[in-house]
Amino acid sequence: MSLTGKLGWDSIPFHEPLPLVSAGVIGAVLLGVFIWVWRRGALPYLWSEWITSVDHKRIGVMYCLLAGVMLLRGFSDALLMRSQQAIAYGNEGYLPPDHYDQIFSAHGTIMIFFVAMPFMIGLMNFVVPLQLGVRDVAFPTLNSVSFWLTCSGALLINMSLVIGEFAKTGWLVYPPLSELRFSPGVGVDYYLWALQISGMGTLLSGVNLVTTILKMRAPGMGYSRMPMFTWTSLASNLLIVAAFPVLTACLGMLILDRYLGFHFFTPEAGGNQMMFVNLIWAWGHPEVYILILPAFGVFSEIISTFSSKPLFGYRSMVIATMVICILSFMVWLHHFFTMGAGADVNGFFGITTMIIAVPTGVKVFNWLFTMYGGRIRYTSMMLWSIGFIVTFVIGGMTGVMLAVPPADFVLHNSLFLVAHFHNVIIGGVLFGAFAGFTFWFPKMFGFTLDERWGKRAFWLWISGFYVAFMPLYVLGLMGMTRRMQHYDVPGWHPWLLVAGVGALLILGGIACQVMMLYVSIKTRETRIDESGDPWDGRTLEWITSSPPPAFNFAVLPDVKGEEAYWGIKSKARENRRLSDRPDYEPIKMPRNSPTGIVSAFFATAMGFALIWHIWWLVILGFFGAWGTFIVFAWRDKAEYEIPVDEVERLDQARRRSKATLLDLPEEALS
Amino acid sequence: MSERPDEEMARDETAPGVDSERDSIVGGVRSYAIGLVAAAILTAASFALVQFDIVWGPAVPAALVALAIGQMGVHLVFFLHITTGPDNSNNVLALLFGVLIVALVLLGSIWIMGHLNHNLMGPMATP
Amino acid sequence: MSQTAKAHDPNKLGRAAEPNPDGPAPKRIVVSYGFWIFLLSDFILFACFFAAYAVLVDATAGGPSGKDLFELKLVEAETVLLLLSSFACGLAGVGTMARNMRWFQIAMAATALLGAAFLVLEAYEFLHLIGEGAGPGRSAFLSAFFALVGCHGLHVTLGLLWLTTMMAQAWAKGFREDILRRILCFSLFWHALDIIWVALFTMVYLMGVRG
Repeated sequence: MSLTGKLGWDSIPFHEPLPLVSAGVIGAVLLGVFIWVWRRGALPYLWSEWITSVDHKRIGVMYCLLAGVMLLRGFSDALLMRSQQAIAYGNEGYLPPDHYDQIFSAHGTIMIFFVAMPFMIGLMNFVVPLQLGVRDVAFPTLNSVSFWLTCSGALLINMSLVIGEFAKTGWLVYPPLSELRFSPGVGVDYYLWALQISGMGTLLSGVNLVTTILKMRAPGMGYSRMPMFTWTSLASNLLIVAAFPVLTACLGMLILDRYLGFHFFTPEAGGNQMMFVNLIWAWGHPEVYILILPAFGVFSEIISTFSSKPLFGYRSMVIATMVICILSFMVWLHHFFTMGAGADVNGFFGITTMIIAVPTGVKVFNWLFTMYGGRIRYTSMMLWSIGFIVTFVIGGMTGVMLAVPPADFVLHNSLFLVAHFHNVIIGGVLFGAFAGFTFWFPKMFGFTLDERWGKRAFWLWISGFYVAFMPLYVLGLMGMTRRMQHYDVPGWHPWLLVAGVGALLILGGIACQVMMLYVSIKTRETRIDESGDPWDGRTLEWITSSPPPAFNFAVLPDVKGEEAYWGIKSKARENRRLSDRPDYEPIKMPRNSPTGIVSAFFATAMGFALIWHIWWLVILGFFGAWGTFIVFAWRDKAEYEIPVDEVERLDQARRRSKATLLDLPEEALS
Repeated sequence: MSERPDEEMARDETAPGVDSERDSIVGGVRSYAIGLVAAAILTAASFALVQFDIVWGPAVPAALVALAIGQMGVHLVFFLHITTGPDNSNNVLALLFGVLIVALVLLGSIWIMGHLNHNLMGPMATP
Repeated sequence: MSQTAKAHDPNKLGRAAEPNPDGPAPKRIVVSYGFWIFLLSDFILFACFFAAYAVLVDATAGGPSGKDLFELKLVEAETVLLLLSSFACGLAGVGTMARNMRWFQIAMAATALLGAAFLVLEAYEFLHLIGEGAGPGRSAFLSAFFALVGCHGLHVTLGLLWLTTMMAQAWAKGFREDILRRILCFSLFWHALDIIWVALFTMVYLMGVRG
């Protein structure tokens, strides 16, 4: 029994230039950033204000940052795949199958778990307590733990690039390929433990947000006065709570097979590989709704704000959202129509899949009717929204095509399928993330993003998307399967070349987004959000200053109707004065805590040790995590108090800025 | 001495697990004692059903399920204090949501896998 | 803001009384409701293992089935121990209501001992099965059995770790508000485990023994 388990010098791919070089570059960049931060003396600030923060706003920003960084990694994989497929007509291309398989597996895993999920969870974390008119989520320290556990998973996946290998099974590790017999290396184990760890974080985040939305709202905010983004966040987090245990169980069974010789999914001793497919998709389908629902919420907010109108059909939107929530648990078989359950089962799930398109259609019409008759401002966020409506509807329609089982028998696992899900995920989730990030960026950081670069990014992204993925629909209909490392059908080649160009256009879009951030930060003094309400917003987060103080609201707002902030603002405009000056009190806020990062540290150690069979480290890691929990549970001081004059000073500044925004005279402040 | 502090009394919701109906020690203990006895009886009945020939054979699984649901109900009401009162409706709704998902995953999987096994697995298939 | 102002109601939903007038719920409700939601997710986790068991129950790979292996006497004892343990946990809850530390500690100790006895019997059962060559690697059925029952046993074990920590904390710090909240969460957890056990012994052992 070696002290380092299966880990040895041969685990590092010294003979493979690509991963080594990329790891080297990434390592150099990280080291450079670390040294730069250190030299500026910012490490203590980072530790006390961000890393150990339990503030939902900081945690939300960090989630979005994680997502952005991982987008670069996931997109690099995409560039590799597109270029390989553009080249590999009649030849082997430049990526050996061994690598290519790891690349497409990593691409999917990273994009779903470490880009899309963190982006949505980050936005929900930042915005929901503000929209609810409360000070933080229900369990702030747990929130920090969730974030750092997600980082732990991301770290493990990235380590697999340079220590060992990644899974070669696709992003859902179907057995028997993922069983020990056919994947004896550490690749599948990296996948399993990274997802079990980050999955735990996500589940806890779901519990946190459900409890916050159901039990913590400002006075007067009943369910029918919650903003649409909060409603979709509720639905999404209910799905997280319901679906993630299924993922944990299913991957847990595979872990038992690989580590303890169980026979859940093995080809021998009675294992049933089809059960894996069933369980993983019972998670997998709700997962895509977990991703898209917050994006729907983002678009509801943006479309209503930039159409200068209340959202059309609020009640039907809420009902549609909750119907989607429930129905998303009744369609999952459509991911494996071809596995052979037969016409009865396929027919049932085909019908439910078609039914679930209906509430989404209701939402699209409501967005269109919101825009109709409104005074539309064509900001970059509105462009993303219009782009979303067009793109997502196309993707949804191809989804309904796939929902017809006989059609799916032709199209399953072809590039048509790949085009469909990228269509809805990019057009829906990613556009929503970009739009939402731009929308709430001023609230997060106190200054707006550069609109010119934002619009350039949009045009490159949307044209890039169509150029990259429309050919894939054609290729799917021409019979090309997914995940092909090379091919020799001449008719396919031109389409794959076009798709490659599309990927380059998207690269341009990403470059514009990087420029947008760079330029905005450089010129931030000229684009400060003085009023806290840069878009003439309608929901409560816009009543706070930008960025809001730690406590969000000096006094919890008294909600008198739907669109709480719009009502308050209209009244102030009407009466030519702000609301009465509130009675300030000192505010107790939760203390920051290193519990999150420390438990994630031990989780990472345990994960790495389990992957490489370093058993002593597993035990050490477990006791470390347990000890962290005990230390946290034993603390006596959980809160700190913000003195009343600090509260008053910050809030008076906010009121002055709002008076300026509404053009009220000095005497308007009482 | 009430289990519910003042700030909770004003609201029309009870924390899960808190007994909002009884606020004396005797009442509290009585709730658990009733639960213990009721659960014990139902448990004994389940075991007896299987070991002795009390009920017609093919009806036994259904009877076992009914007794299990009964035992779970006893636990929910007497141990967890999840009642049907209006102050508990949030807790019951959450439970119902959980039960719905459990039913969908459990029954859905059994239905799907039954069909898949029948069509695709050889002699091992469940009949 | 004027008290007589009309509510901004663009969708004409109309609300006579003000909803949610007191704002966020008190901490105890928030904490235990959040834990309740977490418990429901745990139920769903178990549902997956139950589903796997139901699918694989006949996949005995020529090896022993439940009928061959299950000893009802053992299961009866385990059931009684867990039920009594739940009862003891309930009494501990009454002890916190009475703010009686001694009562609380004794009841929790009883809960722990009964739970530990349950685990001892289960460990014996597992070791016995493995010794007879009916371990989890023998067949898919046995894999599903060990995973399902083992998952429950793992939860009980973690519960015992939590329980003993709670006893120590209450002893050291008294019935502080946050400790009372945690005790409430623990009792939710412990009773929920007994509910899972009801499903488990019914579906696995009782149905299994009938063949």
